[in-house]
Amino acid sequence: MPTEQKYKEKVVIKNPIEKIESPVLKIDDLSVSYGGDKYAIQNVSAGIAKNKITAIMGPSGCGKSTLLRAINRMHELYPNTHNKGGVYLGDENIYELNPIQLRRKIGMVFQRPNPFPTMSIYDNVIAGFNLNGIKLKRSEKDEIVERSLREVGLWDEVKDTLHNRGTFLSGGQQQRLCIARALAYTPDIILLDEPTSALDPIATSKIEDLLVKLKKDFTIVLVTHNMSQAARISDYSMFMYLGELVEYGKTKQMFTTPKDKRTEEYLTGKFG
Amino acid sequence: MHIGTKPKNLIKKKVFIQEMNISTEISDRKMKQRLLKDKIFTNGMIFLAFLSGVPLFLILYQLAIKGYRQLNISFIFEEAPDTMEAMIAVANNEIIPGGIANGIVGTLIIVGLASLIAIPLGIICGTYLAENAKGKFAGLVRFIVDMLQGVPSIVLGVIGYIWIVKPVTSGFSALAGSVALSIMMLPSIVRSTEETLKMIPGTLKEAALSLGVPYHKVILKVILPTGISGILTGVILGISRIAGETAPLMLTALGSTVINTNITEPSSAVPLLVWEFYNDPNLVNMIWSASLFLLLLILGLNLSAKAIARKWKVQY
Repeated sequence: MPTEQKYKEKVVIKNPIEKIESPVLKIDDLSVSYGGDKYAIQNVSAGIAKNKITAIMGPSGCGKSTLLRAINRMHELYPNTHNKGGVYLGDENIYELNPIQLRRKIGMVFQRPNPFPTMSIYDNVIAGFNLNGIKLKRSEKDEIVERSLREVGLWDEVKDTLHNRGTFLSGGQQQRLCIARALAYTPDIILLDEPTSALDPIATSKIEDLLVKLKKDFTIVLVTHNMSQAARISDYSMFMYLGELVEYGKTKQMFTTPKDKRTEEYLTGKFG
Repeated sequence: MHIGTKPKNLIKKKVFIQEMNISTEISDRKMKQRLLKDKIFTNGMIFLAFLSGVPLFLILYQLAIKGYRQLNISFIFEEAPDTMEAMIAVANNEIIPGGIANGIVGTLIIVGLASLIAIPLGIICGTYLAENAKGKFAGLVRFIVDMLQGVPSIVLGVIGYIWIVKPVTSGFSALAGSVALSIMMLPSIVRSTEETLKMIPGTLKEAALSLGVPYHKVILKVILPTGISGILTGVILGISRIAGETAPLMLTALGSTVINTNITEPSSAVPLLVWEFYNDPNLVNMIWSASLFLLLLILGLNLSAKAIARKWKVQY
């Protein structure tokens, strides 16, 4: 069977799952389409390392957000999506899980800060519990809110205004509040979709420091448009181009000695 | 390409004008004429804008002048007078005794019941339309709701008569009036809900879904509370629209001279009373005060809708 042989070779060369030891998440030959035969990402395989920051880079429209969203099935909000292959969290294929359960294990932070505008800072942090109808004692709630806000470094800034609306905070504070909201639920993995692209440099550096601090407790996957951000904070990097995972490896290695010509051209600013 | 060619054309035109020896200078006289025209137009616009604000004040003035004498405590708490009492009072140059309490209670019941039917239905329908902006079925529903807005109110009265008066309550009833009016207020609630929810950024829904919140709770606890001011504004405008409706009630609630709280019995309403006063020469003086009351009620509703839209607005 020559075709199968060829296919296997292709996978082995391009997508070194084996490189990551005991990955917490395995993306296995995943293709996602928003309808028709056109695939936004094609045959992506990769393992995500536990307690590390993995950055997904690439030019606009390369499928990096699609890949990220496919990990907690947020891409299914668009009609007519279909996918091939699978994503494994532990031994479970996430496409066989209930998306509601899945999203409780894999949290997400978005490009624009999006705290719930009708809720206070306190209620925003605890929203994952409240909205899911999980009853907690007042003291438990207080503890979760304080712990989550401390983790994102927001506690000292907002502890006196916990019951004000979250939308009165600055953009950077709002984004940290959104991270706290995702953390409160103690998910296994946190996905971030260009979390700093709407923020100023100071707020950005605060979020970056925070992510580096958070990786001891969480596995972080980050989509970024900003190469230097990936270089600063990530342990592993993926470079995607036209829906294909071109290169995946240790960030340091990728930035110093990229294996693929396209990666090199992107990193040196020839396109993107 | 387009931007690149534009200046070239302009240059050509200028050259062309110079070749034709056409003066682009404007004489003083012409300039003055232009400025004058400008002034006339601007002031004309201001005057016409002012003119469209005048009727409301004229109406209020007219009603207040003729109706203020009748407006007192008993006007609100007593039932409508009968013709004989009124005739004697008018003959003695006294104010007509009694009031419009039967109408007020009837309006409250009929409009309240209509709201009970139309508000949940309208909000759910509007939410569906906003959530499925491009769906075929949603498009059809949206089209039908728009058409519903244009159905003449008297036709809704006929429908209320056929659906409720004859088969359900076997007689004129407040319930029939409520059904007719609920159909009337439905479109405004549906469309205001839809328009409000469409403005809410999709990222909010994503945020809730990414926390593993089930879809129905995303809608009920995140999306609808965020749009509450717009939805409430639509609801109150819908109420104020039906509170003054007369035609459908003539064929359904009919009217009543006493306070009636049984919804399967004929009931009065403030606009129906205005019509009845008009038809009774002895009660003519009551028209003005009843109209004034109705107008103030509806103005109050509209003002509160504006206040809610401003105060309860959620910033996102």
